[in-house]
Amino acid sequence: MKHISDWALNIAALRGASYADVRVISQRSRAITTKNGKVGGASDTESVGMNVRAIADGAWGFAASADLGRGAVEATAARAVEIARASARVKRENVRLAPEKPAIAEWSTPYKVDPFSIPVEQNIELLLKVDAELRSVAGITLAETNLNFNREEQWFASSEGANIHQTKLSTGVGYAAYAFAGNEIQKRSYPTSYGGQWQNKGYELIEELKLVENARRIAEEAVALHKADQCPEGTVDIILDSSQLGLQIHESVGHPIELDRVLGMEANYAGTSFLTIDKLRKLRYGSELVNVVADARQEHGPGLGTFGFDDEGVRAQCTPIITDGLFTGYLSSRDTAHTIGEDRSGGTVRAEGWNRLPMIRMTNISLLPGRKPLSLEDLIAATDHGILMETNRSWSIDDKRYNFQFGCEIGWEIKNGKRLRMLKNPSYSGITTEFWNSLDAICSRDHWTLWGTPNCGKGQPQQVMGTGHGAAPSRFRAIKVGSAFRSV
Amino acid sequence: MLTQQQAGDIFDRIKKLSSADEIEVLFSGERSALTRFANNTIHQNIAEENHVVSVRTAFGTKTARASTNRFDEESLRQVVRSAENLARVQHPDPDLLPMPDSREARGATGNRTEQPPSRYFESTAATSPEQRADGVKKIVTIADRHGLTTAGTFSSGESFEGIFNSRGLSNWHTQTSSQISITMLAADSSGWQKGSSPDVAHLDPLALAETAARKALDSARPREIPPGKYTVILEPAAVLDIVGFMFWDYSGMAILDQRSFLTGRIGTKLFGDNITIVDDVAHPLQSGSPFDGEGVQRQKVSLVENGIVKQVVYARATAERMKRSEFKDNVGPIAATGHGFALPNEMGEMPLNIVFASPRDPQTVKQMIASSERAVLVTRLWYIREVEPFDKMLTGMTRDGTFYVENGRVQGGVRNFRFNESLIHMLSNVEAMGAPVRASGEESFDMVVPAMKINQFNFTEVTKF
Repeated sequence: MKHISDWALNIAALRGASYADVRVISQRSRAITTKNGKVGGASDTESVGMNVRAIADGAWGFAASADLGRGAVEATAARAVEIARASARVKRENVRLAPEKPAIAEWSTPYKVDPFSIPVEQNIELLLKVDAELRSVAGITLAETNLNFNREEQWFASSEGANIHQTKLSTGVGYAAYAFAGNEIQKRSYPTSYGGQWQNKGYELIEELKLVENARRIAEEAVALHKADQCPEGTVDIILDSSQLGLQIHESVGHPIELDRVLGMEANYAGTSFLTIDKLRKLRYGSELVNVVADARQEHGPGLGTFGFDDEGVRAQCTPIITDGLFTGYLSSRDTAHTIGEDRSGGTVRAEGWNRLPMIRMTNISLLPGRKPLSLEDLIAATDHGILMETNRSWSIDDKRYNFQFGCEIGWEIKNGKRLRMLKNPSYSGITTEFWNSLDAICSRDHWTLWGTPNCGKGQPQQVMGTGHGAAPSRFRAIKVGSAFRSV
Repeated sequence: MLTQQQAGDIFDRIKKLSSADEIEVLFSGERSALTRFANNTIHQNIAEENHVVSVRTAFGTKTARASTNRFDEESLRQVVRSAENLARVQHPDPDLLPMPDSREARGATGNRTEQPPSRYFESTAATSPEQRADGVKKIVTIADRHGLTTAGTFSSGESFEGIFNSRGLSNWHTQTSSQISITMLAADSSGWQKGSSPDVAHLDPLALAETAARKALDSARPREIPPGKYTVILEPAAVLDIVGFMFWDYSGMAILDQRSFLTGRIGTKLFGDNITIVDDVAHPLQSGSPFDGEGVQRQKVSLVENGIVKQVVYARATAERMKRSEFKDNVGPIAATGHGFALPNEMGEMPLNIVFASPRDPQTVKQMIASSERAVLVTRLWYIREVEPFDKMLTGMTRDGTFYVENGRVQGGVRNFRFNESLIHMLSNVEAMGAPVRASGEESFDMVVPAMKINQFNFTEVTKF
């Protein structure tokens, strides 16, 4: 692919670009879904193309093409420079790129079993087996399963001399059981909701998750929710399971720390952030137990935010975001690092595909586990009065990331250290920093899971990106619950 | 961009490569550009061109799809092979129908809908980066004049959708699109406006910028008022974003799956007398393809009449399944309406060209304000999610221009609210409506909707700004 990047970089230089980079990307995906005993969707998709990002007259331009012929590639490079010059008509300052030593490297996601090598018949058989288990429970009115495999191969080259070949592989799987009765629809999902668990792994992920083994329990819980009591309204201690906590981290830590949001670059769509730059290393974000990192390195685990290099050619890093409760870091890019006094990008820039502009995205934003051994059962035993909430059902947060409300699929009342009655429609709400300051217990490493969020939306046009979130079950004191249902 | 003639030639080549009983090829593509600005500067500016060919093969009642954006002979051969390999290993689907021929796709068995007007404008397709930059410059000039910071987008482009199948069906649609979205930011307030049209000449960046700026200025120094049940005046974009969450449920498949809030409610009066909704791709303010994922012409469908849910939309196979189902006697008319997604899929169909009927006595937002003793005026809603699916309980936030109204006058900005509100309750409490307009938001697709004055809207919390 070097010839393609050479064509593009040469034209960008000839047209006067002061900087340019080129990404040639080949993506392949397979998606299989089932619904109520039948295959719902079965598709293979391939998308190949290239893009050029250029700085000319101190401003950015970007152009993309699916045509990899020399004429189209050179025209795309020329167009990127032309667009950059148009951008310069409305600018206040020149783009400033943090220096980065050009890397020449190969990197690929470690995996054991290539998921594309597994016969489709085997995939379908597995999903239909899960489906049959779910529907074997009386009261289940809808069973859905999904299986997804993605491979992205990228060749990155820059006018500074970087040349990186990177291949990322991800696998996702999940299922949901719905029970409609009376005037109510209840739902349970496994391993979590909205597509299940996703990681940068091969087919081995499917084998680790014990999908069939959990199906009957999940279906029975969906049916049992109809007879459960409504989650009360009030203020109580809550324990969140690790998947719900993963989404809580995503929404109330991951998004507010995106430096482009903080700087107003996303104000028209995704919004801004309460985490203005004056709060760096001053704001007490959470209690002293709260330690959050943005870690894209393989050693953090096979998260959807794990890679060798970001889409600006910056090597994967670990940035401390919250350290013993203190706010200590943002997600940054080469063109924003200088605004927080950094001389290097945090390496968090990614694009959805060859036709999208790379931008700051969450990597693996993880709450580190508690240092002392603590299981979920220990935590319940140490709680006098509270509610355990599991598996996200709804999520919403304001455009500065202060006020949030989450609904979960299932709750359990805790009294005197015992898990008692099941509660339906549990929800909780709060203000971000107040919430994280109320955290008083985190389960230990053996209960920590690196969850994948495959559907994070940001940017215009919107780009969907996979992010990772490690979490262990945790307890939060005196949280407002149940106000979502106040009008009922 | 690919033409219908070129696509037809490619389809002929693909057909020869396949041994399937039936074959269908979807073509889609776009040439688009988007100029993005923030902090009164263009900070992102992109252009792209892409074409996709998507092949569905069927062997008896087994079907599957494969797609690629590569059009060379080997890639076409490979995509056909992938579609065939996937299809062969499927389990037979007794609900799968033979592909429609042209006669069936034209809607010969149902009510034919009016053909939509041309939605392709050369000047929109030809909009240059310089023209978009000049539009942004105008917006920035307004921001500078008012001492505000602006962020937003100006996009333009052309796109096509086409479908061919081995029964001789051939449909093609091209259109252009353009959009301007503007946020104006002050120290402690903001305002927003968005316009979209197939014809860029219909977008006025200066007028949109002035309105967004006025909202930012007028909502400065927002005060906090307590949560509770308020009369709200939702501007069309706010109406669009919240009502958009119910249209997934106006689907035969959603009824069969018992995931629709309309299950057991079709034919009943669910909303107020003043709510009438149709799906109509031919409406002059609508846009989009006049045929569905199987090439069937989209028909005009009456979804709600005077608050009574009349019917839902159907793909071909869903209609046949519904006719055999336990629900068949209680769901109104059952026939393919041209709203199916490309097969195979698990969602079935959905209405995508929503038009709210104009009330007998439309009121302007100004009139709604003037008639309000105490109300909250909402510019835009944000991050709406479904909390409970059968009451259609939704949560979300107000954003970018929320005002308190008292004694018929806007009193100033207020801090943004979180709402938890049932759509059924909301559409049963609409006191007044405006004339429907083409509205564009962020949570839903464009629709033709009015501003609404709604009583007893449930705000449950207030945020910090």
